[in-house]
Amino acid sequence: MAERTPTQTPATVASPDPAAPPPRRRRRMKDLRKQPGFDTMAWFCLFCLYAPIAVLVVFSFNDNRSVVRWTEFSLRWYRAAFENDGIRHATWISLQVAFVAMVFATTFATMAALATTRVRAFKGQTLTYAVINQPLMVPEIVTAVSTLAFFVLIKQVTGLNGIGFLMLAHTVFCIPFAYMPIRARLEDMNLTLEQAAADLYGTPFQVFRTVTLPLMAPGIVAGAMLAFVVSLDDVIITLLVGGPGETTLPVYIFGQIRRGITPEINAVSTVLLGLSALLVSIFFLIGNKRK
Amino acid sequence: MTDVTPQTATDARLAEARRQTMGAARRRRWQLLSPALLIIGLFGLFPLTITLVYSFLSPGSYGGVRWEFSTDAYVQFLFDRDIFDDTLSFSATYLNIFARSIGLALGATIGSLIIGFPTAYFIASKPANQRNLWLFLITLPFWVNLLIRTYAILLIIRDEGIINLSLIWTGLIDQPIGILYTDTAIFIGLIYSYLPFMVLPLYASLEKLDFRLVEAAYDLYASRLQVLRHVIVPMAKPGIVAGCILVFIPALGAYITPDLLGGGKQLMIGNLIALQFGGSRNWPFGAAAALILMVVVMVSLTVYVRYSGKEGNGRG
Repeated sequence: MAERTPTQTPATVASPDPAAPPPRRRRRMKDLRKQPGFDTMAWFCLFCLYAPIAVLVVFSFNDNRSVVRWTEFSLRWYRAAFENDGIRHATWISLQVAFVAMVFATTFATMAALATTRVRAFKGQTLTYAVINQPLMVPEIVTAVSTLAFFVLIKQVTGLNGIGFLMLAHTVFCIPFAYMPIRARLEDMNLTLEQAAADLYGTPFQVFRTVTLPLMAPGIVAGAMLAFVVSLDDVIITLLVGGPGETTLPVYIFGQIRRGITPEINAVSTVLLGLSALLVSIFFLIGNKRK
Repeated sequence: MTDVTPQTATDARLAEARRQTMGAARRRRWQLLSPALLIIGLFGLFPLTITLVYSFLSPGSYGGVRWEFSTDAYVQFLFDRDIFDDTLSFSATYLNIFARSIGLALGATIGSLIIGFPTAYFIASKPANQRNLWLFLITLPFWVNLLIRTYAILLIIRDEGIINLSLIWTGLIDQPIGILYTDTAIFIGLIYSYLPFMVLPLYASLEKLDFRLVEAAYDLYASRLQVLRHVIVPMAKPGIVAGCILVFIPALGAYITPDLLGGGKQLMIGNLIALQFGGSRNWPFGAAAALILMVVVMVSLTVYVRYSGKEGNGRG
């Protein structure tokens, strides 16, 4: 017992236990990095980040109209959401837009990454980076209204219409997100393998297809996933730019929340949340494997 | 043939070949870059110029603009125009919205710093193998839909939400404290939304912290608070600046958070802009407000770039 609390009272200090002083010094050493209350704050931060989401998820399984009082486990709200035509249509639109934006954004980002990494500094480099990252620097609401104004102008002049405009807007802001992981991956690759392939008479296209592309594939997959998630999650730009009938899932949810809260929203939110979390987790796994 | 020595001929040919490869590389580079640059330039940058032009036009009756030059949009910002005699009188309505937005965004920035700094420090002082897990856990919510996170906050701070219910259940209060649809709600929502933006750059600069300096400070009889103030905080300064900018900018332009948690009554700049392009149908005024927001953001970014340039290292 005296060993467990060695230096608490003068009595134990006076005791002839030789093991008493060293633990005390060791404790001081270990505490060096600590600041009082900081670890509590970190756990509190983690709790605050996840507790609201946990409440939302838990009550999506509640067999009750209430989103507060728990009665019984049930999947009825998931069934209700699945049978809801509005939700189905919105999901379909969301997936279409996210898929098209992902394909184009990833392709363009890959090309841009190939041109800007592993090269000597070139004229216009800073400007190039600034342009590629532009969608990240302008507040989303400003992008949204500017794009709206421009699209309305194009639609008036050309008479064109359709969901293509929304896909275009999504492609623009997905490019920087796809670009980041692809560029990071490319920067980790050195040119020796490609040079070896070229020495063995590989044509530039062969070298790219059989050496560069497979090596940078994890970066491309990661970039595509980020682009998909970012497109899938967008509300503001879609809300303003999307025409009638172009309601994506988040925009649909947004409208529903404004009208009133139902557990059905919890169910759809949980599905969307799960999908994003899954894709981002895979993204992190790919990133960690690299190191 | 014979009047040129073999040496110079080779040189010339080499130089020519080099010029050709360089030229080919340059052409290839711009070919690869052109789709991304064109798309962002045409549909990301160019629309901003349209917004600039629109802010100097007159509003159309059913939304859109009439092509007549006018500075009304900017005048409207500070003055009320009397409908009958066209006289201008000072009005602080919109100025107040801007001031409120900046206040809320600053508050959220400071709030995130207070929560984020200890968290980032805690992660940085963890063993390397645990850090990645912590970073992942902090970042994950950021990738989850902002709307859904805001909805989650709305669920728990409602009058019938879990916070009020548990407070009533414990007997601390008898009536729900109305948090939803107040500035407090927006404040909580903003911190919740952008906290990861604060933690990541803070972590990036705290991770590089040399704990031998902390040790040295303790050896010189510094108290914990003194170590924090004179050693840790100064070394984390680039991270603090980066984190503050990264939280402040999106918080200032927030739209979803004030819309859902402020109930649309407590406007922020983002809502004001969207409103002009929607229900209010005053595009020039909305465009002007958007540009003013852009200017505030650009000024903050410039301050950040200047600062991080001087410090040598910026965000991680």
